[in-house]
Amino acid sequence: MSDATAPVLSLVDVRKSYNIGSPNEVEILHGINLTVQERDFSALVGPSGSGKSTLLNIIGLLDQPTSGELYILGQPTREMEDEARTALRGDTIGFVFQFHHLIQAFTALENVLMPLMIKGGKPKPEFVERAKNLLSEVGLGDHLNKKPDELSGGQQQRVAIARALITRPALLLADEPTGNLDTKTAAEIFALFRKFNQLFGCAVLLVTHDARLSTTCDRTITLVDGQTV
Amino acid sequence: MWIESTIAVKFMRQGRTQTALIMVGISVGVAVIVFITALILGLQSNIIARTLGTQSHIRVQPPDEKNIITPSREGSVALVTEDKRAQRLRSILNWQDVRDTLDTLPEIKAVSPVVSGPAFARKGEVFKSISILGIDPPRYEKIIPISTDIVSGKFKVGAGDAVIGKILADDLGLGAGNKLRIESGDGRAAVVTVAGIFEIGVRDLDARFVYVDLKQAQSLLGLYGGINLIDLTVRDLFAAEATANRISRLTGLKAESWMQTNAQLVNALASQSLSTSIITFFVALSVAFGIASVLAISVTQRTREIGILRAMGIRRSQILQVFLLQGGILGLIGSAVGASFGYALVMVFNQFGPKLFYIDVPSYLIGGATAVATVVGILAALAPAWRASRLDPVQAIRYV
Repeated sequence: MSDATAPVLSLVDVRKSYNIGSPNEVEILHGINLTVQERDFSALVGPSGSGKSTLLNIIGLLDQPTSGELYILGQPTREMEDEARTALRGDTIGFVFQFHHLIQAFTALENVLMPLMIKGGKPKPEFVERAKNLLSEVGLGDHLNKKPDELSGGQQQRVAIARALITRPALLLADEPTGNLDTKTAAEIFALFRKFNQLFGCAVLLVTHDARLSTTCDRTITLVDGQTV
Repeated sequence: MWIESTIAVKFMRQGRTQTALIMVGISVGVAVIVFITALILGLQSNIIARTLGTQSHIRVQPPDEKNIITPSREGSVALVTEDKRAQRLRSILNWQDVRDTLDTLPEIKAVSPVVSGPAFARKGEVFKSISILGIDPPRYEKIIPISTDIVSGKFKVGAGDAVIGKILADDLGLGAGNKLRIESGDGRAAVVTVAGIFEIGVRDLDARFVYVDLKQAQSLLGLYGGINLIDLTVRDLFAAEATANRISRLTGLKAESWMQTNAQLVNALASQSLSTSIITFFVALSVAFGIASVLAISVTQRTREIGILRAMGIRRSQILQVFLLQGGILGLIGSAVGASFGYALVMVFNQFGPKLFYIDVPSYLIGGATAVATVVGILAALAPAWRASRLDPVQAIRYV
């Protein structure tokens, strides 16, 4: 069970290898130790190939470490079955990807509601209200019923942020959320993360290449060759 | 199930062209199945109705008379020259008991004792060879409804009245109300009144059959108090052979089913049914492959979206359901449209076709085809759905 006093995220000696057992076995992450507390606003930076995305996927319970333990709200996750990991992921983690990744067949509002609909079926009116408010917060109050292909890249990323926040997750993960946007839009999106971090108290962990943006974070975690420095 | 079906429907609506194309494919397949099956069923029931409209399903007769040859004593050799015996007209022993027993069998619908034998019809100098049929009208009517084939006069036998075939009547220049002399062997003869003339449409029967009552036939054929034939109809046509065998064992009499006397027809019907099944199977198979390939493409196209849904907390089993549902929906809607189309084709055939016979579309055919296509759709979706549910979210999200 989750522990209210436990850190949102805690990694203990997390290692990740690929091609295990074969001659070209390669270890990407060499024993990562990391703790993220409630309200933390952290940037994960590092050169290409340093293992940022792999680490983010492990933190997001999309991938499993080869060894070490990952705690989400105090819960150890390594031994969890796929169903339980999926449920924990749905309940506690929100994702924003570089390429917004909306479901094309659904409207902006439906995309935002998706995590709740996956969990509980037809959304209750208060959830719909919450989704509309979130979309207003990201400046898309007038675009509720537009399909993703009717929105610009920046607008789609805003929808993705609203979607990541609809479940009130304890941890918001973002993989290069501004990598695909122009500088102005990128700054706006970044400001949104900051706004929701303060508004909802969720911990935010951003992977970014943008050194200028990372300096505005409370904390910068640098990953080099699979190790935090 | 709400979110799974919502996603399934949205996916299908988004891939409109694909969905529409495969729907057309399923519809055409199901329409072909419905049309062919209805056509063959109609054809078969028409042939059966025509064949069995003028004959009973089972005829029960006395067993053949055989020579009884005394076995030779042990140690000696007997040389036997045997001439097979001619089969006399003989009565079924205790036929009233046999009739009553047959009446109680649940698989038998109607029982009609008949006296049947050869004779001549005579008018003036003209002789015609005929078959006398002595019947008990209410019972016989349940086997062959002669009264519906009366073209002149009325169906009435007994008290010197007879009903004869149209061709015989024409040959002898007889009309309803005329007298007719019937002569059988051994100098037995009777004069009867033609009460009615029937036309069944089978040349042999219309030219030879003369219906009289049991008593008259018995005295004409010298079978006083006896009958030499029991006609039966059964509830399940295709169980007639089994029923005939059972009657044989039960009574020791010779029982011949329509399937035995029309072996070639039965063979033809079975071959037709088999060919229908083969067509149905292969059409269903190609429909299944169509659905499977469309869904396989859809899974590939939606790999990234599946990955995102997984990242948002959707379970593998839910993804599985999303694609199984698509298969089921495709099958259901496609087959419903197809079955209606097939039904319309049959109606067009009935309206504008050769009009040799009317094809009926049984409701179980429509329901069955729809149900089968839905199940086939779900089964066809199994492989792609399984693949979708097994996608690794990390790989899937990166998939471009």
